[in-house]
Amino acid sequence: MHFNLFVVPFTAGMLILVILLTVRYIKWLSDLEAGNRNEIGGNLFTIKTLYAIREVFMESLLHRKVFKTNPLLGYMHMSLAFGWFLLIVVGKLETFFYTGKFANEFYYPVFFRFFEPTPHKSSLLLAFNALMDFVLLVVLSGIVIAILRRFRPRIAGMKKITKHSPGDRLALIALWLIFPLRLLSESATAGYSGNGSFMTQSVGNFMALFLPVHQLAIVFWWMYSISLGLFMVSIPFSRYMHIPTEILLIFLRNWGIKTKDHFSGFSEIEIQSCSRCGICIDTCQMNSQGKNSTTQMVYFLRDYRYNQLRPDLTDNCLLCGRCNEACPVGIDLTQHRLLQRKKKEFELPSGFKYLPVNQSVEKTDVIYFAGCMSHLSPVISRSMEKIFKTAKISYLFLDKNGSVCCGRPLKISGQFEAAQKLVASNRQQIIASGAKILVTSCPICYKSFKEDYHLNIRVLHHSEYLLELMLQKKLALHPSGKKVVYHDPCELGRGSDIYIQPRMLLSHFMELETIDQEKENALCCGGSLGNLSINPEERNAIQMATAGYLNSVDPEIIATSCPMCKKSIAQFSATPVKDIAELVVANLEALSESQKSLKHHKVGQTIEI
Amino acid sequence: MAINSQHIVIIGGGPAGLEAASCLGTAGYRVTVLEKEKQTGGKLLIWDKLFPEFRNSDKVLNHLSNGFKTNPPQILTNAEVVSVIPENGQHRINLRDGQAFQADTVLITTGFKLYNAEKKEEYGYQIYENVITSFDLEKQLKTGNPIRIEAGLTPRRIAFIHCVGSRDIKSGNIYCSRTCCITGVKQAIEIKRRLSDAEVFNFYMDLRMFGQNFEELYIEAQQKWGVTFIRGRVSEIAENKDNSLQLKAEDTLSGRPIKMSFDLVVLLAGMVPEPRTVEIGKSAGLEFTSGNFLAGLDSHISQNETNTPGIFIAGTCREPLSVAETLTDARAATVKMISWLRENETSHKKPLIKRDND
Amino acid sequence: MKDWGYSILKGRQIDFENNDFSIAEYITKHEPSFRWCIGCGSCTATCSAARLTDFNPRKLKLLIQRGEIKGLADEIAKCMLCGKCQLVCPRGINTRNVIQNIKRALNTCHAL
Repeated sequence: MHFNLFVVPFTAGMLILVILLTVRYIKWLSDLEAGNRNEIGGNLFTIKTLYAIREVFMESLLHRKVFKTNPLLGYMHMSLAFGWFLLIVVGKLETFFYTGKFANEFYYPVFFRFFEPTPHKSSLLLAFNALMDFVLLVVLSGIVIAILRRFRPRIAGMKKITKHSPGDRLALIALWLIFPLRLLSESATAGYSGNGSFMTQSVGNFMALFLPVHQLAIVFWWMYSISLGLFMVSIPFSRYMHIPTEILLIFLRNWGIKTKDHFSGFSEIEIQSCSRCGICIDTCQMNSQGKNSTTQMVYFLRDYRYNQLRPDLTDNCLLCGRCNEACPVGIDLTQHRLLQRKKKEFELPSGFKYLPVNQSVEKTDVIYFAGCMSHLSPVISRSMEKIFKTAKISYLFLDKNGSVCCGRPLKISGQFEAAQKLVASNRQQIIASGAKILVTSCPICYKSFKEDYHLNIRVLHHSEYLLELMLQKKLALHPSGKKVVYHDPCELGRGSDIYIQPRMLLSHFMELETIDQEKENALCCGGSLGNLSINPEERNAIQMATAGYLNSVDPEIIATSCPMCKKSIAQFSATPVKDIAELVVANLEALSESQKSLKHHKVGQTIEI
Repeated sequence: MAINSQHIVIIGGGPAGLEAASCLGTAGYRVTVLEKEKQTGGKLLIWDKLFPEFRNSDKVLNHLSNGFKTNPPQILTNAEVVSVIPENGQHRINLRDGQAFQADTVLITTGFKLYNAEKKEEYGYQIYENVITSFDLEKQLKTGNPIRIEAGLTPRRIAFIHCVGSRDIKSGNIYCSRTCCITGVKQAIEIKRRLSDAEVFNFYMDLRMFGQNFEELYIEAQQKWGVTFIRGRVSEIAENKDNSLQLKAEDTLSGRPIKMSFDLVVLLAGMVPEPRTVEIGKSAGLEFTSGNFLAGLDSHISQNETNTPGIFIAGTCREPLSVAETLTDARAATVKMISWLRENETSHKKPLIKRDND
Repeated sequence: MKDWGYSILKGRQIDFENNDFSIAEYITKHEPSFRWCIGCGSCTATCSAARLTDFNPRKLKLLIQRGEIKGLADEIAKCMLCGKCQLVCPRGINTRNVIQNIKRALNTCHAL
């Protein structure tokens, strides 16, 4: 039996941690949405579990995604996480080879060098000794970066670093102390017993020159144990809760669980998995362009955990989804913001009695729904009508004289119930038409039709539909050589994964330029309906920056496929901003123009593309 | 007449530039006017009749050229200025074609540009056939031909939309362009004069009849010509199958939305600074107003002086003004210029005009 | 709401001394752009709900500012929050947040 009184803080801390974690995990898992448990059961013994294990290794230990964002920051996280993991695993193996048995006191490997001061003889154990020193060195290097970064964020390539709460700071200090104290404890022991390796022995010998290492060692071991214990206890009350919880998250996610329209136990697990790395602060345009660095998701999740959510944390967000893409933990951040907006205080039950019910609608195969915003960019619906005509498709322009809103603007403002009433009204009309295809020009409507309408017909955004028409040779487009850059609307790109279709269409008849921040990383135009409380200066700053960014590749035309993006960018762009449907029509008309004889040439009708 | 050796360059040969040139010429100065177009006169050349008394724009143009009887200025057309650089107490004026002028003092009278109404896409300018701007209408009036819409028909119902690109944060211009209100009234009357059966409507937010006889013209439009004024800003225009236009506005005084069809819609587009003015202003280190017009030194007592000594501004390059106000402003600027030249007379004697032909 | 803003029981005047300005104050505090309105009516003109029912965001705002809030809850519940008014507003008023704050004010400080 190996024992010394100093193991008590560590052991107690460990026990408290295990108890608290067990209680919480049981609570969260029992709060999963109905059906989730079946999902887990169905996926438990499939390849998905292996994927989860691989993901835990790649993300929780190696922090591959953080590496991608920033190598130094990735190294910092990896050295701490993977380094610590190795210290535990290698330490355990070392005791196995030393004692020949696997079972021992669970604190024994942690304080191994204290309990076994006699220097090793076998080369295997000496190698282990050196390996442990090396891993400790790696972890210490990570700590050095972490400390430097706290004071100068730019060292790790970040402009802004997360500001922490007092509880977090205590945990952080405990964490920072653990490894230097381990070094001091092991070195002091090595200083009098000679059981150290290249680093601990050198430091120990040096300390022995002028310090009473024998007496000091026990003090350091105490401090080491206390810092470990303190850290363990602080885990459930600090951001470090993310370390154990992320592993659980990865498994559940791989088994197909998502946060949907209700807050569930899984949502809680997602929120607790945030490591507060702060990557979402830099990626957020509210910060980089709007000069607001207090409402990013890291703060939202932090204040949610501590029950201190302010209204601006839920409201002042574009819901653009850029942070979702950047989040190394893969939390569905915007969905969480959305769920917190869902509040009774916005619901007024009396509304929408005026909505049309059981309307009779003309029978048709194809419905075109321009969307509210498109009515303020009439060139879009006009272009679509010309295209339908050219492709000889009979269609019904459902909202020609204005529309009942699709419901998504209400939903993303937190009024889920009210939104349902609008959904029901439009849905009835769409179904009554007997249409097989629903085409819309508005990415907001598109996402709503796809996710909230439960229609058993094809729902297409016009960028998808136009590509289809072109591939079916119903539209003859001809290369024009014009240089175009495409702006991904948030709701269409990150929101609905439509990245390829508009690009395939455009590159068929124009020179499509690539730009660094596009597709998943595209900038938000700033026009977003997602943000309720943005002030006009911030909105303008974002619109201006995005317009400037798109202009930076010197395009002849900026293309997009959202009426709102078009308006936002055009406000600040010297280069013309056109909807993808407009460009298609211009190409069709340029061709028919050139086919006509010059006699019929009409001044003022020349189309350049 | 004794000619003062000091040299004045006026950038822009519109009403402000020409009026200033004649005043300074009469006062005995050597003046060079640089006009970027092939003809002087500025936007007066486009305009048919001027409010409020429907005077022919030619009359004002004649007045301006009559001013050159004594000591006429040297006028260079097709002379596009790109920069004005202060140099040894003087100013070097660089042209696009490489020519350069040296001046003791410079007057910038580069005028305004019409707001690009295409930017307000909800109004459908350049999308719908029968949506035109006040400029387009003026050009049509100047031809003297009967007013016709695109299909060659006579319009029966015509709408004027006020504040297009003015008082509108969405188009980036929060200022009032001042002259569009009265232009709307003037053009409405001109349409009624030619098409007495037509119904003419003006959609406005506020009618700002600030000038002499402006309010009287507004009353005349109501009393004599039966022009209807609806207080409501148009939110959007849709095109009907027959190419007529459907307007949406709120008739705010009755408190109800209004939907009306029109054969012709005229957008009263506002004034914005010429991009060229901004370039020149930047090169000379001048300051700008929030609307990006050139800023005077003081809004009460020295509107024509700038923060760069020796550079003066007049006319619509510094704020939206009517023709009458522009001419007054140009004359005011010349007084300030002359006193500045007198104060700085003894400091240097340089060759009058230095031309670098390279 | 036929009589909204045209109450027959009260006097015809806006009783400025006795009217309830708490909602106007609440909104102005949380969305200052509420006060920037010049009453041009673009919002009502473009409003998706106003096409289908008697709903007038411009007048609504004006009456709140005059302290005339009778029937406000039923009125504001007609808004679909589609955001067209925000796009056309020449003063750049954050109209959607104004609407949200009216709702919040009604549900938190008033049981109307």
